[in-house]
Amino acid sequence: MISYIVRAILIGVPMLYGATGEIITEKSGHLNLGIPGIMYVGAISGVTGSFLYENACGNDIANMNAFLAVFIPLICCIIGSMLMGLIYSFFTVTLRANQNVTGLAITTFGIGLGNFFGASLIKLVDSDMPSVALTKTSLFFCTKLPFADDLGWFGELFLSFDFLTYLSIIIAIIASIVLTKTRVGLNLRAVGESPATADAAGINVTRYKYIATCIGSGIAGLGGIQYVMAYANGSWSNDAFGDRGWMAIALVIFALWKPHMAILGAFLFGALFNANTYAVGLGVETQELFKMLPYVVTIIVLVFTSMRKKREHQPPAHLGLPYFREER
Amino acid sequence: MSDIKKTKHSHEPLFHLVKRDDMKWWQAWLVRIAAIVIALLLVGVISMLLTKENFFSIYETMYRGTFGKLESGSTVMLWKFLQKTAILLGLSLAVTPAFKMKFWNCGAEGQALVGGLASMICMIELGDKLPYPVLLLVILVTSVLAGALWGVIPAIFKAQYNTNETLFTLMMNYVATQIIKYYLYVEGGGSNKINPVAYGNLPTIGDNKYALNVIIVLVITVLVYIYLNYSKHGYEISVVGESQNTARYIGINVKKVVIRTMVVSGALCGIVGMLLVSGTNHSIDSNTVGGQGFTAIMVSWLGQFNPFIMVIMSALVIFLNLGSAKVADTCGLNSSFADITVGIVILFVVGCEFFIRYSIKFRHSKKEVKA
Amino acid sequence: MAKQVAIELKNITKTFGKVVANKDVSLTAYRGEILSILGENGSGKTTLMNMISGIYFPDEGQILVDGKEAVIASPKDAFTYKIGMIHQHFKLVDVFTAAENIVLGIEDGKYNLKKSTEKIREICDKFGFDLDPEKKIYTMSVSEKQTVEIVKVLYRGADILILDEPTAVLTPQEIQKLFDVLRRMREAGKAIIIITHKLNEVMALSDRVAVLRKGEYIGSVNTCETSEQELTEMMVGKKISLNIERTEPKDPVDRLIVKDLECVDRTGVKLLSKVSFTLRGGEILGVAGIAGSGQRELLESIAGLQKVSSGEITYINPKTDNVENLRDKTPKQIRDLGVRLSFVPEDRLGMGLVANMDITDNMMLRSYRKGKSFFLERKAPKTLAEKIVHDLEVVTPSVSTPVRQLSGGNIQKVLVGREIAASPKVLMVAYPVRGLDINSSYTIYNLLNQQKAKGVAVIFVGEDLDVLTELCDRIMVIGSGRITGIVDGRTATKEELGILMTKTVDESEGSSNE
Repeated sequence: MISYIVRAILIGVPMLYGATGEIITEKSGHLNLGIPGIMYVGAISGVTGSFLYENACGNDIANMNAFLAVFIPLICCIIGSMLMGLIYSFFTVTLRANQNVTGLAITTFGIGLGNFFGASLIKLVDSDMPSVALTKTSLFFCTKLPFADDLGWFGELFLSFDFLTYLSIIIAIIASIVLTKTRVGLNLRAVGESPATADAAGINVTRYKYIATCIGSGIAGLGGIQYVMAYANGSWSNDAFGDRGWMAIALVIFALWKPHMAILGAFLFGALFNANTYAVGLGVETQELFKMLPYVVTIIVLVFTSMRKKREHQPPAHLGLPYFREER
Repeated sequence: MSDIKKTKHSHEPLFHLVKRDDMKWWQAWLVRIAAIVIALLLVGVISMLLTKENFFSIYETMYRGTFGKLESGSTVMLWKFLQKTAILLGLSLAVTPAFKMKFWNCGAEGQALVGGLASMICMIELGDKLPYPVLLLVILVTSVLAGALWGVIPAIFKAQYNTNETLFTLMMNYVATQIIKYYLYVEGGGSNKINPVAYGNLPTIGDNKYALNVIIVLVITVLVYIYLNYSKHGYEISVVGESQNTARYIGINVKKVVIRTMVVSGALCGIVGMLLVSGTNHSIDSNTVGGQGFTAIMVSWLGQFNPFIMVIMSALVIFLNLGSAKVADTCGLNSSFADITVGIVILFVVGCEFFIRYSIKFRHSKKEVKA
Repeated sequence: MAKQVAIELKNITKTFGKVVANKDVSLTAYRGEILSILGENGSGKTTLMNMISGIYFPDEGQILVDGKEAVIASPKDAFTYKIGMIHQHFKLVDVFTAAENIVLGIEDGKYNLKKSTEKIREICDKFGFDLDPEKKIYTMSVSEKQTVEIVKVLYRGADILILDEPTAVLTPQEIQKLFDVLRRMREAGKAIIIITHKLNEVMALSDRVAVLRKGEYIGSVNTCETSEQELTEMMVGKKISLNIERTEPKDPVDRLIVKDLECVDRTGVKLLSKVSFTLRGGEILGVAGIAGSGQRELLESIAGLQKVSSGEITYINPKTDNVENLRDKTPKQIRDLGVRLSFVPEDRLGMGLVANMDITDNMMLRSYRKGKSFFLERKAPKTLAEKIVHDLEVVTPSVSTPVRQLSGGNIQKVLVGREIAASPKVLMVAYPVRGLDINSSYTIYNLLNQQKAKGVAVIFVGEDLDVLTELCDRIMVIGSGRITGIVDGRTATKEELGILMTKTVDESEGSSNE
């Protein structure tokens, strides 16, 4: 049971990163359907960084510096995914291109990039398996907290995770606080709700949209690297990340655009996603139906909120629409 | 006075954007074609850098990857190209009525999948029980109904509660995927896949198994064009898409149009699903549509709601796909290279709309202000 | 004490495409003074003020604040010059509270909503606003929203306040309250600019008036040294009798009877209250009133576009003398009853026409359902389009030109032409000459008169009282959703109408409108 929950949380973490990033982006009025692609890019950038560092250290763990082993993949991941966010913002904010089409193109492009470089790395290592194993870096990422092993179920449930798992929760909570309790958050929400109002109030709408999208993409990218380093124990194989990016977008709706709600949602989604391995007595086919649950639940939430019409639970009012000041 | 002038210039915005008056249609297409050409050149340069091949030989490779060695008389590659184009085109056509109504149907993938699933079930369950023509008819009807059902569910909620259709249809895709996976286990047992079924396959023209698909999609192209431009339904779709207020004013029942149009959109997706399952693969898996539903959204958008331009656009996308794959293959790159090139070209074309809709005005130095 | 200049505009010019919105405008506003910018619709008042508040940037000319040249490229720049504008369409975030809206965009040290709320309460006390800072905007009335807007600019320490048509949406009581607040701000030494086209308010409130006409600055006068007569002349130019032809109605018969009609909006506020009147064939019934007094709701109720909460709308069919109930019917149901009702709505491109469609396709809006065929029939609409283009002298490259590319007057001709082509028995027109040049306006008046001669019952909602008194047989005045009077168009004076327009009817008094 405990290991089931642990597994659910681990599966949920990349979705949480994706959802937090997407919430921040959507709060600026941009529905970034490029998030699945951006998470791929985040993952492959991190993997490439770590691959290069492992090689530079002669593939010997003794030569590797713990800080660098973690820092290099992380910074590569953030830069890679933020660059994708920058491309998305350039098209949708500056060029005012259609957000859905741009987002989907970014996803195609991003998944392409991920698999392309992934395949190139796989070719470089020339292993029998179609994957790149970065187990050494993974070890650094997965360093457990002290006492985790000594405290029984409590240790396993609360202390046994890699630091990116804790970071995802911290980031989600910080995002929640920033959105609701700070001036930056107020301004950002205003940009997504009514850019004309924000503009008239002297807020630099373009800058907020760019920054929110890029930061959101950076955070989403972390989900990619967490998946590789912690969930998959440092092994990258093409397409392994699957549909988790879309799940993250579903999670945004489920969480009603509130990052702190996304934390619980992510673990719930993780549990549902994982139901197949642990649901005792169910056939494989029923397990596949179980995996449908996150999407069905999301649809129900979406329908329910639109029926209730409670204003606080709606998507940002200007989501998906371009803003042009001199529109007359 | 000169002082004032200086500060003035340093603070003035350098340029500002102005909505263009209407660009002539041919000018707009010139911009779009230019964007495509620039994107293709960029793709060439990137390929050149990655493969160290000659710049022009890259395009030659792309051409060969798409059409094969035509001079050798073999048309296998050409037909593959046509088949892929037809499927993408079919899906693009399917989402177009919805788009024209400003309904973001991002669920073509799922709608085609359930359409295909309906075909599959008919083929397996009824294949040996019904005479062939009846079976084909049943397959067609169930596929259309399944696709329409998948499309109409989000439409009903959109019409009734204004539920966000982009997100709803997206989610429906994954529900469909999981149902297929479930079915694969049920039907395929432990092997998790279904072997090609011999019953209920669409007829082939001669020994060409793709020709019928291509012809059906071409017929759909013409029909969609007529439906959108010459039918009362199409007219209502345009009015609802342009202005719901006007639609209300002339007494169009907006809810009804939204639902009806999504039935059409879903049904067309269902037909494409049938073409894939009954017409091509004779089997199904969760990757049968292979993400083309998403590409179709982009193609429809690039085609500006015009089915005939969509023919060109889907051919372009498939050309890039097959061509880049060939380049990747001959030069030892990964086949995902195709996704990258398609992404680049679509971004360019989407981005170029900006130059059609807006013009950038630079601020020229001002006339001296009379004191 | 000499008046201190707050803001000065020098030779400001602004164009949008081919339209010149402001041409060489210069004017000055002083501290401790209320300045009215007076002008008709489309005279460029709002555009001018938008340049002061940083929404637009002037093509030519200078703006001086406190005697120094100011470059106001964005609303943010405007704040730094302590300029605050209250727009006609409120710029508020619906899901935010009043306080959140007020502090939005301000950078003043640590973000502390509690402290800001205190400061907001202080401002409210000082100037006499009635406002709950923790209330969400979407639950507020129009007047409350306006209060939020005003407090917003005061909170920012604005010294120069610009209000764009602030009274258009307010009840008379709310207007008085607003004026009191504005006067108190004047005492506090602020420069206040209000944009308006209502003379009575100009006279009651302002110290000085600047008049704009067709984008040009005409002049400024002190309110105490002028009269409504003089201001009107400045506003409309030299007084010209409109000389609109008006024939005697021929044997008018009752055509449309509206009885005790009521409508409420989503929050339960009454938009129309006990509206009763009878419309006769062969006459033009004018509807006068301050913008937003329920004119739109009245017409849309009759056309089947607005939900009616109580009352009756009946139509008497001239052919059969059948009495048809129109209430709670959709536009299509109304048409299927054989009711020949045409409607030229206020929002031409957003409702009456589809901007991106060509003239032919716009003709089809009314008629496309004809026939059982699945397909459209474009021949007849095309002929009609060509006929309208020819008869009404519509300037267009062809009938396949999208209507958005036509000028305002031509767009209106297309719309009115189509509605008349349906040979209506009842014709409703809302602000049909707004934004039109003189020639196009007369074309429209003639068309309405022709319809009247054919025995059509015409409802004409207008804003120009001169036109109403010269064109209409009877004039119905509407104020805050109630009928405040129905007068004879031949004898009514503008003053009389003006008084009726601002008259308040007591709830207890009921609908004593005859």
